Amino acid sequence: MRGNKLSQFGQQLFFVGPALLFFTLITIIPFLMGMYYSFTDWNGVSGNVSWVGISNFTSIFTNDPDFWSSFWFTVRFTVLGVVLTNVVGFFLAYLLTKPLKTRNMLRTIFFMPNVIGGLLLGFIWQFIFIKGFATMGDITGWSFFNLPWLGDATTGFWAIVMVFVWQSSGYLMVIYIASLSNVSKEVLEAAEIDGASRMQVLRNIIIPLIMPAVTIGLFLAISWSFKMFDLNLSLTKGGPFKSTESVAMNIYNEAFLNNRYGLGTAKALLFFVIVALITVIQVRVTKSKEVEA
Amino acid sequence: MNAKSKGRWNIVIEVIMILLALLFLSPFYFLLANSVKSFGEILSNAASWPQEFMWSNYSNAWKLARFSEAFRNSFIVTVISVILISLFSAMAAYRMVRANTRFNQVLLLLFVAAMVVPFQTIMIPILKVVNIVGVNNSFAGLIITNLGISVPMAIFLFHGFIKSVPLEIEEAATVDGCNPISAFFRIVLPLLKPMLMTIIVLNALGIWNDYLLPSLILQAPELRTIPLATFSFFGQYTKQWDMALPALTLGVAPIVIFYLFMQRYIVEGIAAGSVKG
Repeated sequence: MRGNKLSQFGQQLFFVGPALLFFTLITIIPFLMGMYYSFTDWNGVSGNVSWVGISNFTSIFTNDPDFWSSFWFTVRFTVLGVVLTNVVGFFLAYLLTKPLKTRNMLRTIFFMPNVIGGLLLGFIWQFIFIKGFATMGDITGWSFFNLPWLGDATTGFWAIVMVFVWQSSGYLMVIYIASLSNVSKEVLEAAEIDGASRMQVLRNIIIPLIMPAVTIGLFLAISWSFKMFDLNLSLTKGGPFKSTESVAMNIYNEAFLNNRYGLGTAKALLFFVIVALITVIQVRVTKSKEVEA
Repeated sequence: MNAKSKGRWNIVIEVIMILLALLFLSPFYFLLANSVKSFGEILSNAASWPQEFMWSNYSNAWKLARFSEAFRNSFIVTVISVILISLFSAMAAYRMVRANTRFNQVLLLLFVAAMVVPFQTIMIPILKVVNIVGVNNSFAGLIITNLGISVPMAIFLFHGFIKSVPLEIEEAATVDGCNPISAFFRIVLPLLKPMLMTIIVLNALGIWNDYLLPSLILQAPELRTIPLATFSFFGQYTKQWDMALPALTLGVAPIVIFYLFMQRYIVEGIAAGSVKG
């Protein structure tokens, strides 16, 4: 009996040990340390770390317009990014579940931007916004191409939205395709025989049946756009005048450019609370709309 | 609607989708076509087909961006991280399913909760931990960090999958004298192949493309992975498009080739991962 207990412990150690060790070291401990450092004036370099109470948090709330403008940028970006990527992803999926000859090739193409990292995509698009669009403007004469795409707060915002949608809708397309192909053919045929129009079938049958995929699609798009960093770094560096600086970037700059690690961790903790709150609410709300077939 | 008009409608959709796909691909056309043009030609017309092909752009960029080094670094970090993530997660998830103790239930909850924590929330203290352990500015540091961050999601996915693997085969193996460890490696691990492929491709893509974490941990230029090398190259040759574009193409090529070969697994992996996630 004793031997068996030991071997149970040995097995637990052997199988779960390695994963738990790295998880503790890299996620749990830093999370707890972050909670501590957010109440200090740690500058990342000196060994002297003193407790400053809640003053980091009060200064974020009362005296940090840059943080709140980056927060506002992130919120606007998230709302648009989430809606557009999901709508585009869904319609690509909806049309690519029809019996088209080039279906598989089209799916491969629409997903392709997704396998390339945000940093490289941002640089590719930087070239297109600067040189490609200028040339297209000369050829077509359309003023759309001659806007100051990366040099202005409004167009810079839309430039990032555009690249984000181009990059991310393919991923959501794959999820929606998987979900759409599970919708039973009989139900759809029955609706067609009953004389339902395309739009009616879409609105009253297909969308309710794929709500689990909508839950996931919204969840992913929210977390991607909230945590966005690589794309603005390579596309605009957060400029012009910090107008496209995301929260993730603001936290990064606070810690590593301004050497205010304490303040940076305080912002990071606040960021976690906001992200967690929003995703929990979103998943609750969309899950409640899921139905059984 | 009758079959004939349905067929015609599908052709219309097909044509529209092909045009849309070409629009989707157009950034890659701009990238590839301009990567082989002279600097003057890029400035005068960025949309045209190259008049003459300046392949020397590529050899220049290859050398200056230290691309072979960057490729090797990315490869080492990605392969080792992915192998260890899949192995350790599969092992942990297996044990957690088969020994469903209170401790393991709490642990699973902890892994799930950790998936909501944004990387930015823990990145600053992670650097402190990496320094204390003494693995900063090294592949070991980057690999360990990749492990700690990616293991929760992988365990969660394996956990869901293993619950559907029947117990009988393992029991038969145990009766035949297998101990739990060899039963896992010889019997269970091969059965996990579909989910294993999912975890491998998703993590390989994520780790290969990652910029932020390697930029924080690796300072030495000779350790740079592809995103880091591209970033610093771009900083030096901003607006020198005849250098920057071939470097970008070289950075993009490996992952696109990987995708074209592995796309079945990538797409299945995302679909499978999302249903569980």
